[in-house]
Parts: sequence; structure tokens; C-alpha cells
Amino acid sequence: MPQVSLTVNGRPVKVEVEGRTLLVQVLREKLGLTGTHVGCDTSQCGACVVHVDGKSAKACTLLAAQLEGASVTTIEGVAGADGKMHPMQEAFRDNHGLQCGFCTPGMVMSAIDLAKTNPDASEHEIREWLEGNICRCTGYHNIVKSIQAGSAAMRAAK
Amino acid sequence: MYDFAYHKASSAADAASKAKGKSDAKFMAGGQTLIPTLKQRLAKPSDVIDLGGASDLKGISAAGGAVTIGAMATHAAVAGSADAKKAIPALAALAEGIGDPQVRNRGTIGGSVANNDPAADYPAAVLGLGATVHTDQRQIAADAFFVSVFETALKPGEVITKVSFPVPQKAAYMKFPSPASRYAMIGVFVAKTAQGARVAVTGAGNGVIRMKSMEAALDKNWSPAALDGVKVPAGTCNGDIHGTPEYRAHLITVMAKRAVAAAG
Ligand SMILES: Cc1cc2nc3c(=O)[nH]c(=O)nc-3n(C[C@H](O)[C@H](O)[C@H](O)COP(=O)(O)OP(=O)(O)OC[C@H]3O[C@@H](n4cnc5c(N)ncnc54)[C@H](O)[C@@H]3O)c2cc1C
Ligand code: FES
Ligand code: FES
Repeated sequence: MPQVSLTVNGRPVKVEVEGRTLLVQVLREKLGLTGTHVGCDTSQCGACVVHVDGKSAKACTLLAAQLEGASVTTIEGVAGADGKMHPMQEAFRDNHGLQCGFCTPGMVMSAIDLAKTNPDASEHEIREWLEGNICRCTGYHNIVKSIQAGSAAMRAAK
Repeated sequence: MYDFAYHKASSAADAASKAKGKSDAKFMAGGQTLIPTLKQRLAKPSDVIDLGGASDLKGISAAGGAVTIGAMATHAAVAGSADAKKAIPALAALAEGIGDPQVRNRGTIGGSVANNDPAADYPAAVLGLGATVHTDQRQIAADAFFVSVFETALKPGEVITKVSFPVPQKAAYMKFPSPASRYAMIGVFVAKTAQGARVAVTGAGNGVIRMKSMEAALDKNWSPAALDGVKVPAGTCNGDIHGTPEYRAHLITVMAKRAVAAAG
């Protein structure tokens, strides 16, 4: 079985995988990082979004074997070392950006990528960016508000 | 997903040599089409050869009246490329409109063109601009490249290395996206080139096609109004749950006019 060495949330890991093993399977089943969700498993919903070398990607649509040497960040890896929530997580809580919470890890990871790519995105740009993140609860309104607040907090922290 | 043997290729030549002699090897670029296909067990390759480490397939450059895009350039890279935006803004805008940000961060031009999905966006630009597809073996003109639905002139084991797009005088792409999938219900790429107008349509159902009747009308008069008199027969299009052939044929005219207007 091929072995893959990668960095997950700053920690080097080495795992045995099959060719067909998905990144999300490694995260959830081998590393116990169950914050990354599987909503659709068909590349549509974005519940599985993580960062690969700093860019958002769907962990259900990546083979673990592709990630030799890569650096992966999951929702478990965004809070500070002192346990303080990431400003984007904080903003989702403050703005009631979630209901059941199933989509939230993917939303937050996607939002952080947006805030890095486009630090002051308009409401329209935020909605366009969320094309790949589906939420069945909130109607998106408070998610957009959360991302606006989270982006502002990230700008202020710079 | 059925299991397969996974290989990494360091270059196009390495990929081709690794594919040789395998019963059913598949190249993988961004995997944004291949992985979903494997999950549905619609394909059962013996070997998957990952092009992700092939450094000779990356890069975007503009020179000599053409924009050349390496096969492994992601949609996000093309959308953000200063060279592409300056030389052929319609191409960068097309890339920006593909799927969603996560798909654009991984999906590539080589994968999109090789896959030739009948509703994909890039084939419209390749055909609409009269681009050339370069492989590890030869160069293929756009007009000879797209054969049929999910079928191209590529031979088994042939690797796309880059696509070069001649810079047009003007061009624009307009797509009417399916609200659910973001693939084109109809997408029309129009270009005014030194050799004449080109109009390429994706989403009609049978793979990307040129609309010669529209090209003739635009050669006489480059304006949206020139397309008023051009009737698109419903037989040009397929019907499905998203729209009838008549609806799609009508959309071709609407999108073509919007594209000409946008191109200016
Ligand atoms: C949710 C979602 C939404 C999408 N929306 C759109 C959309 O709106 N418009 C659109 O156009 N597309 C859309 N796509 C498809 C997306 O653009 C894919 O990235 C693209 O079709 C395939 O590119 P890839 O790099 O992922 O290729 P892969 O999936 O890796 O490969 C696709 C095929 O191409 C072959 N291949 C790949 N590279 C080469 C090469 N260099 N030489 C020879 N053969 C090669 C592979 O063997 C495979 O058969 C969407 C996909 C998803 C998951
Ligand atoms: S689980 Fe990956 S996109 Fe839905
Ligand atoms: S909060 Fe329930 S799916 Fe988004």
C-alpha cells in the first residue's frame, strides 16, 4: 500500500492509503478529524472544504495520494494555539451564521480563503463565492453577514 | 470506487511512458471530473497517472499574438492571470465562471478540454478562438479536436501539454448557467478575428459546435442586430429536463447577441 506523508494542521503525518483513498477519509477515519463533513460525496455541497497549501478545495474530490508533501488545514486547525477561535469562527457565532451546523466547517474554510483572496468582498462577491457551499438551514443571509464581519475582523487583525 | 494503481508523473513524457503497456490507464489532472466519475463507477481504470507534479505542463504566457496555457493551469490561475486578462479578457472571464472556487482551484484547462463535456465552457473558447491543442505528439487544430460528446481526437495515452489561443480583435463569452450545476444550458463564444468571425456554442447537447450561419451574418455586420435574422433550427439542440430543444435553440440566439454586445 502506498504511504503518504503530509502536514495536517501543522503536524507531520504519515498514513497508509490505497490509490482510491480520498483525503476526507484520511482526515475523518485515520486522523479522527471529524470536523470536515461529508454532505454529498459528489463534489457539490462544500461541507468537506479544507485548505490545501492555503487554497480551499473539496476533500471529497482529492485523492490522499495526490497530497504527498502538501500542507492541509482543516477546521480543527484554524483556532489559535491558545484555543481562541479564528475571527471567522467568532463571526459565525456572533452573527448566528449557523443553525444545525452541518455546513459550517466548509463555510468557514471557504470564507477564510475568500477573505485572503479578496479581503473586502462585496455582498455580491460573497454570494458568488459561496456557489460551492450549500446550506439547508440558514437561507444564507446570516452566513453572508458573518463573512462580512469575519473579513473585517481579519483585516483589522493584520 | 474501484481501486487502481496510482502513479505520479514528473513530466508529460514520463506520463506517456507510464501509460504505455497498461491495460487501461487514465491521466488525472485536477480530478474534478475524474474522481466523481470513479466514485460512480462509470470508469474502472487499471492505473491512474497523476499529472500534478509535471512541471512542464504549468504556466501561462502571452507572446507573438497568442496566449499559451499549460495543460495543468487551473481555472483559478487562468482567471487571475494578468497576461490572459490583458490579451484575451474573455478567456479569463470564462475561467472565472466555471463551477465554484474550489473546483477552480483544482480543475485544469487540459482536463476540461480532454474531457469534452457537451456543456463545458473551455471547449467553446478553444473552438471560438480557433485555438491549437498541443500534445506530447502533435498539434491539433480546434476544428479537428472535438469529435463528439466526451470524445476528442486524442489517442489513448496522448497527453495534452498546452493550448495556444490566437489573440482576437474582440471576443466575449456569455453563458446561461444551469442554476443547479453551473454548467452551461447554452454558452456562446464569439470572436472577431483577422480571418473572420467565429461563433462556438456549448451546451446544445452534441458537443461544442460552430454556428456558421451566425459567422456569415457577423462577417457582414458585426452587431447584435445582425443575428436577428438568423434562425437556429431546434434540431441543432437536445432536450432534457432542463429545457426543450426549442428553448435551447432560442437561447443560442439570445446568448450570441449578448456576447456580440459584450465584445463591443
Ligand atoms: C461541482 C462542479 C461544477 C463544475 N462546473 C463546471 C462548469 O460550470 N463548467 C465547466 O466547464 N466545467 C465544470 N466542472 C468541471 C471542471 O471544470 C473540471 O475541472 C474539468 O472538467 C476537468 O478538469 P480536471 O483538471 O479536473 O480533469 P480530470 O478530472 O483530472 O480529468 C478529466 C479527464 O481528462 C483527462 N485528462 C486530464 N488532463 C489531461 C491531459 N493533460 N492530457 C490528456 N488527458 C487529460 C483525464 O484522463 C480524464 O479523462 C465542474 C465540476 C464540478 C465538480
Ligand atoms: S462532501 Fe465534498 S462537496 Fe459535498
Ligand atoms: S446550518 Fe444547517 S446546513 Fe447550514
